[in-house]
This record gives sequence, C-alpha cells and structure tokens, in this order.
Amino acid sequence: MEIKVLKPILGANDQRAEENRGLLEKNKIVAINFTASPGAGKTSLLMATIKALREEFRIGVVEGDVSSAIDAETVSKEGIPVVQINTGGACHLDATMLSNALANLPVDDLDVLLIENVGNLICPASFALGEHRKVLVASVPEGHDKPHKYPVMFSESDAVVLNKIDLQPYVDFDRDKFYSAVNGLREGAIIFPVSCKTGEGIDRWVSWLSEQIRSEQRA
Amino acid sequence: MHELAVTEEILNLVVSEAEKSNATKVKHVKLVIGEMTGIVNESVSFYFNEISKSTIAEGAVLSFRRIPAAGRCRDCGHEFEVKDFVWACPQCGSLNIDIKAGKELYLESIEVI
Ligand SMILES: Nc1nc2c(ncn2[C@@H]2O[C@H](COP(=O)(O)OP(=O)(O)OP(=O)(O)O)[C@@H](O)[C@H]2O)c(=O)[nH]1
Ligand SMILES: [Mg+2]
Ligand SMILES: [Zn+2]
Repeated sequence: MEIKVLKPILGANDQRAEENRGLLEKNKIVAINFTASPGAGKTSLLMATIKALREEFRIGVVEGDVSSAIDAETVSKEGIPVVQINTGGACHLDATMLSNALANLPVDDLDVLLIENVGNLICPASFALGEHRKVLVASVPEGHDKPHKYPVMFSESDAVVLNKIDLQPYVDFDRDKFYSAVNGLREGAIIFPVSCKTGEGIDRWVSWLSEQIRSEQRA
Repeated sequence: MHELAVTEEILNLVVSEAEKSNATKVKHVKLVIGEMTGIVNESVSFYFNEISKSTIAEGAVLSFRRIPAAGRCRDCGHEFEVKDFVWACPQCGSLNIDIKAGKELYLESIEVI
C-alpha cells in the first residue's frame, strides 16, 4: 500500500523554531542570525556591533562553531553573556541547539540575541532557528560571484553586510556586479559595505540594526 | 553536509507515518530533494541503512526525485532551469530572478505492508 505523505523533512525543526520564537517573544528578545562563509568576519562584526549597541540594549550572544571556543572567548572578554554551541562537526545550527542555548542564557535580562551561525552558506539555509532577522556577512576577498553560488542564502537574508572593503585595492572585486547579483536575487536588498578593521560603514549598519530591533520591540 | 541529521528526520517521519497506518514494514521511501539543498543521495541511503536497523523501516529502498534549480525573471516573466549557477534570464538577460525551485526537501510517499 502506498501512503502519500507530502511533508517537509525538516518539519520538526520548523516546529522547534516556532517554539524558540515564542520563547524569545515572551521574553521580549529580538534575535538576529548571522550567516557567512568561514572567515568572512562574523565575529568581528558582532564585536563592532556589541561595542556600538551595548549602551542601548542588553545583548547576549550564541556562538556556533564546529569545535573551538575561540569566538565565544572573544565575546566573553567583553562581559557579554555568551553560550558556545559545539555542533560536533555539524555544518549549521538547528532549532534544538538554539533552544538549548536559550536555556543557558539569562533571558530575563536580554533585549537582543546575536547568533553567529556556523561558517557555511548552504546548510544553515535549510534550518530555521526562530530568529527575527537573517543577516549575511560577505567579504571582498571572497569575490563578487558569491551571490550566484549561494542564491538561497542571499535571497532569504534581510540584509547583506559586505565586509573587508579596506581590502578592495588589493583584490579584483567588482562591487557593481556584487550589488546587481544581490539585488537580482532579493528585490530591494539592503547592503552595508563595511570594514570591521577601519570602522568604515559600521555606523550605517548599526543604525539600521537598532531600527530593526526597535521596530520588533514595538510589534 | 548534514545528511546524518537530515536522515534522522527522514527516519522519524517515515516511522511515524507508517505507524499511523498500522503498517508492519516499510518497503519503499520516496523523497524529493532540490539541487540547492546540497544533500547527496548516496549519503542519505548509507545513513538510512545504518540507523533504520531494528525499526520497521529496516531494509526499505529509498528513491530520490531531484528537482533542478529554477528561476523566474521578474522583468519578462520567463521561467527557466538554472545551470552552472547562472542566475540570469536566458531570454532578456536580466539578473532579477526569483527562485522558483531547487530548495525542496520533503517526503513524498512511503510504501508499506
Ligand atoms: N582586512 C580586514 N580584515 C578583517 C576585517 N574583518 C575581519 N577581518 C579579519 O578576518 C579574519 C576572520 O575574521 P572573523 O571575524 O574571525 O571571521 P568569522 O566569520 O567569525 O570566522 P569563523 O567564525 O572562523 O568562520 C580575522 O583575521 C579578522 O581580523 C576587515 O574588515 N578587514
Ligand atoms: Mg567567528
Ligand atoms: Zn527575462
């Protein structure tokens, strides 16, 4: 006997992601999921963002990493509550991992949760976490063809941060091509060219992000 | 990639659907997988054989329907299959493309006795 099922394979994850979303909202926390290739500058951007926003919001961090705790230690030195998720080789965070992380964070005392996903632009696209916004961090040395290689991630991100613009003079990166590819995959995409090294562009990124946080808080 | 995690979800879903219909054995599992998920059929089959042991899905044959990446041009409406990551409309050259297919990841049907 054949049984038609037609159900999403990751439906259980989607369900857990919704539960996370409920928990976040109950505690009035706005969660931002940062995805990127390895080394694009997720941790650097998180640090710059924490520095700029910590007066205004109480920030917590979830660090997803295949095995090390280096990024979590970097954040922890700032006196920011952080939970390190060792994915044990997995290439993405999933909703259960975030749920476990939330259980280990002072959720009563947070306004914002910054989530550093595992460096990978394919797998995290399939796993909802329950976040309010998705931000993709790309960087100049990776080349302008990345949007077309990882179309799903680019099309589903609310904003794209283009990091390491200080390296533009040294690499063949065509910013116009990058912009049209990103805009092509996501109508009205918002792109923030920044350098976490020099601080260029960070202001504009941070003011967008704080506006997003405030608008979620009002909702 | 994350085939083990995905295969665990497949097995959970297959077993719960089979139990719902009081089946004693799962013979066949039909999956639909989009090319852009990065999932490799052979690894899913490999893991499924391992983790389904001593469940009612042990020995079930997996078959895969792969869905190619496809886009729709926002400027001229043309729909097309995307090859070699070229997200440009073959009809008018526009880069303004909505993803129409290639992200699928679902269980289509199971055959049980
Ligand atoms: N020149 C330059 N280097 C940068 C910039 N931002 C980050 N880096 C450097 O790039 C490297 C990787 O930065 P991280 O912030 O650790 O990147 P990540 O995405 O968190 O990396 P993983 O977590 O390992 O995937 C470090 O050596 C940073 O110092 C930038 O704007 N300009
Ligand atoms: Mg990092
Ligand atoms: Zn067209």
